[in-house]
Amino acid sequence: MAEPLIFEQSVPGRRGYLLPPSGVPALAAADAWPDEALRPIPPPLPEVAEFDVVRHYTRLSQLNFSVDTNCYPLGSCTMKYNPKLNERIAAIPGLAYVHPLQPEAHVQGTLQLLYELEQLLCAITGMGAFTLQPAAGAQGELTGLKIIAAYHRRKRHRDRTVILIPDSAHGTNPASAALAGFTVEKLHTGPNGLLDVQELQQKLTRHVAALMLTNPNTLGLFERDIAAITAMLHEQDALVYMDGANMNALLGVARPGEMGVDLLQLNLHKTFSTPHGGGGPGAGPVGVRTSLEEFLPVPRVVKKGRHFAMTARSRATVGRVHGWFGNVGVLIRAYAYIRTLGREGLIRAGETAIINANYLKAKINDAYAIPYDQPCMHEFIASATPLKAHGVTAGDVAKRLLDYGFYAPTVYFPLIVAEALMIEPTETESKETLDRFAEALVRIAKEAAETPDVVKRAPSRMPVERLDEVKAAREPNLRWTAEQHTAVSGG
Amino acid sequence: MWYSQNTDAQLQEMLRAIGVRSFAELIRSVPETLQRRTLDVPDGLAEAQVIELGEQLAARNRSVKDVISFLGAGSYHHLIPTVVDAIAARGEWLTPYTPYQAEASQGTLQAIYEFQTMICELMQMEVSNASMYDGASAAAEAAVLSLRATERPRFLVSEAVHPHVRQTMSTYLSDASAMLQVIPTVNGVTDVEALDKALKDDVAGVLLQQPNVFGCLEPMAQAAQRAHRVGGLFVASVYPVSLGLLQPPGAYGADIAVAEGRCLGSPISFGGPGLGLFTTTQALVRRIPGRLAGCTVDQSGRRGFTLTLQTREQHIRREKATSNICTNEGWLALRATIFLSVLGSHGMRELAQLNLEKAHYAQRRLSEIPWIAPAFDQPFFNEFTLQYDEKVNVVRLNRRLAAKGVVGGLPLAQWYPHMPHAALWCVTETMTKDAIDRTVGALKALV
Repeated sequence: MAEPLIFEQSVPGRRGYLLPPSGVPALAAADAWPDEALRPIPPPLPEVAEFDVVRHYTRLSQLNFSVDTNCYPLGSCTMKYNPKLNERIAAIPGLAYVHPLQPEAHVQGTLQLLYELEQLLCAITGMGAFTLQPAAGAQGELTGLKIIAAYHRRKRHRDRTVILIPDSAHGTNPASAALAGFTVEKLHTGPNGLLDVQELQQKLTRHVAALMLTNPNTLGLFERDIAAITAMLHEQDALVYMDGANMNALLGVARPGEMGVDLLQLNLHKTFSTPHGGGGPGAGPVGVRTSLEEFLPVPRVVKKGRHFAMTARSRATVGRVHGWFGNVGVLIRAYAYIRTLGREGLIRAGETAIINANYLKAKINDAYAIPYDQPCMHEFIASATPLKAHGVTAGDVAKRLLDYGFYAPTVYFPLIVAEALMIEPTETESKETLDRFAEALVRIAKEAAETPDVVKRAPSRMPVERLDEVKAAREPNLRWTAEQHTAVSGG
Repeated sequence: MWYSQNTDAQLQEMLRAIGVRSFAELIRSVPETLQRRTLDVPDGLAEAQVIELGEQLAARNRSVKDVISFLGAGSYHHLIPTVVDAIAARGEWLTPYTPYQAEASQGTLQAIYEFQTMICELMQMEVSNASMYDGASAAAEAAVLSLRATERPRFLVSEAVHPHVRQTMSTYLSDASAMLQVIPTVNGVTDVEALDKALKDDVAGVLLQQPNVFGCLEPMAQAAQRAHRVGGLFVASVYPVSLGLLQPPGAYGADIAVAEGRCLGSPISFGGPGLGLFTTTQALVRRIPGRLAGCTVDQSGRRGFTLTLQTREQHIRREKATSNICTNEGWLALRATIFLSVLGSHGMRELAQLNLEKAHYAQRRLSEIPWIAPAFDQPFFNEFTLQYDEKVNVVRLNRRLAAKGVVGGLPLAQWYPHMPHAALWCVTETMTKDAIDRTVGALKALV
């Protein structure tokens, strides 16, 4: 049964919340403001009781798959368990209710936490300094590209206009590069699933400002020539930006600092397990080697003796990318996570993520094509091409998995693999769950051969059947109106 | 402590199933010279130790619940109905991802659709996206959209727009062939004559903040009309709580309206995460940055919700996408949706009314102090600028107030050096009359 919209439950005059009495003399807005500033009628919002709100949003929550309810093997998104402890820490009133403009003496605890988090991220990545400001991975990329631009401006490299990006990269990479004013040049993935070093050599002209590389890449493979690649770029005085979205695989395995990477963003919500909240908030701190530190956004936290302070001074800074200091609520969760796991826990997380992915790959190897069949890092690409003979696509497999109680892998990405299923189980799924997931995938492959219509019509056990996305795009209906309501209840 | 489930025995069994002898063999693609099987990170902690650590850090802070705080300036402390925390804490809301598989994400998608509708109603605008990082990046993206949509190079922003917002806009536009020009103020509001002079047919858009950074109400309708006269877009940056009483952007012809929406149901949290609100007109819908949820039907004709117009986005258009935004602030958007539902039309009206009354009471009482006067003769909502006597050092005065448990108005000199004796005071519904009166008493006793 579908849940009506909250607007459809509105009853004029019904109240959901009582505000405290004012306690000060009454004042009509009409006496304080000119007529043209006054809103003639209140904003037309739902009029419902608190209990209506509780039932409605509880019911809606039940129409969702989530990490807490289902295995969520969404490649490149690192949907690991989000510890409840982190929520508890972030909610401590002394941390949740501090104002960003309070005197420094009032916020020493928060500043200390941010300072220590920066040190921990440096230790984990081998970078020299971090800004915690970017609100998400993509904003981190943009910040990184601004730093690259500032670096070349400083060096008076006026013609460094090109960013090299592999064809397997996340879509945000080229979008960020374009937004930062660069031209994007594509690099092709070699037959072994790695960056084609020969092509890189050819395209490495004096116009190249930087290479943007994901490592491990989106095929789940470690770029084994990374040290040679960074050396090549540095020889041309170009920089290497690493998209750190896949950092989970490197915990306790290797550090980007030693690979020669100049700067990278970390998606804290992935690697350090802060809840994705149906699409955010995230946090995308950017780490740089020490020589680039002066370009980082301000303000930054500094330690002066035992005292922590905010400094806004830096002549070379690229500026500010967040209204305040970043998504502090998210940063607190990531800090709690790192402190909880500590050295052994983080290493264990990286190891288990890699073992889990390789195990799952081995279990489905016979039913699906594995285009780059070599040991993978924390994720791998399978392809549904063998099912195509029966008219079944990667999208169909994804929908059918929902029926089996699993969220779907990332599909049709990276773009270079036909019918791609990008699978990332993460370290927090148990062997038992992986066995069940593999079994579901194998069973779907069998269904594709025997009863393909069942797969093509999937899902059949969800709150809705497959949705008409063409209609959604052709006749965009992006908000409810009262007229719609009349039409629905009339029909 | 770790959260990985598999035991050592299971990991060994899995390695055997993979066909390798050891983990080291599994990661042989990582050159040995790069391998570094240790981390310079402290030992892990037990749950109780982490709680103790969190509480120790919190004890080094003084939250706005421990002090009487008159700080606003873009980050506002408001009541959060209990139901917001209770519902938003559910794992089904906290731990899903972006709703790429619509059929398994109807809760998130319907909530976004409701959010989009409510934000449109609040702003009186035609289209809202599913939210952006924060108010500052939303303003920056509004400028980017204006430049692209009009294919013009100049964007005007008032000096009375929050400096952090202007700084963020300037970072975003720094490498585009665009120019960000600041329009001065007169008597606390944007100088309309100066705006007129700057408005030429190369202007892509104009952004004003309502109420502005000094707390004053801006002549939004006049500014919008003038921007439109030269074919530019008008962008309004607004304070959502004020819209219970204040004319919404749609009523004065804004083409884009943005806001920091964290004040709708989320704690101030040292300024982040924020909730960027982004709304526009139907005419610009295909240029809007960020995600959109749309209503459609399933194969049996039942109503359902899905992400839509994704061809604007970077996983399809890559370097030609309308922005690089790949995430939104879903969880805060949900909190805002619950907040707006439970307050409803009348609650939002009353909330704004409470802010107005208390702030005006505080401004009147503070202005009774002989060495304090209102800085500007302008209407205001819940924030106002006070001018102190030249003999009073604003920073030193605040330090002495802080010793009495009061965080006074923000010294504006840090942002506006030509205002060395001005302070920005904010009073929301969370402030009591008693706290205002005590603060007035403390100030009288100090000087």
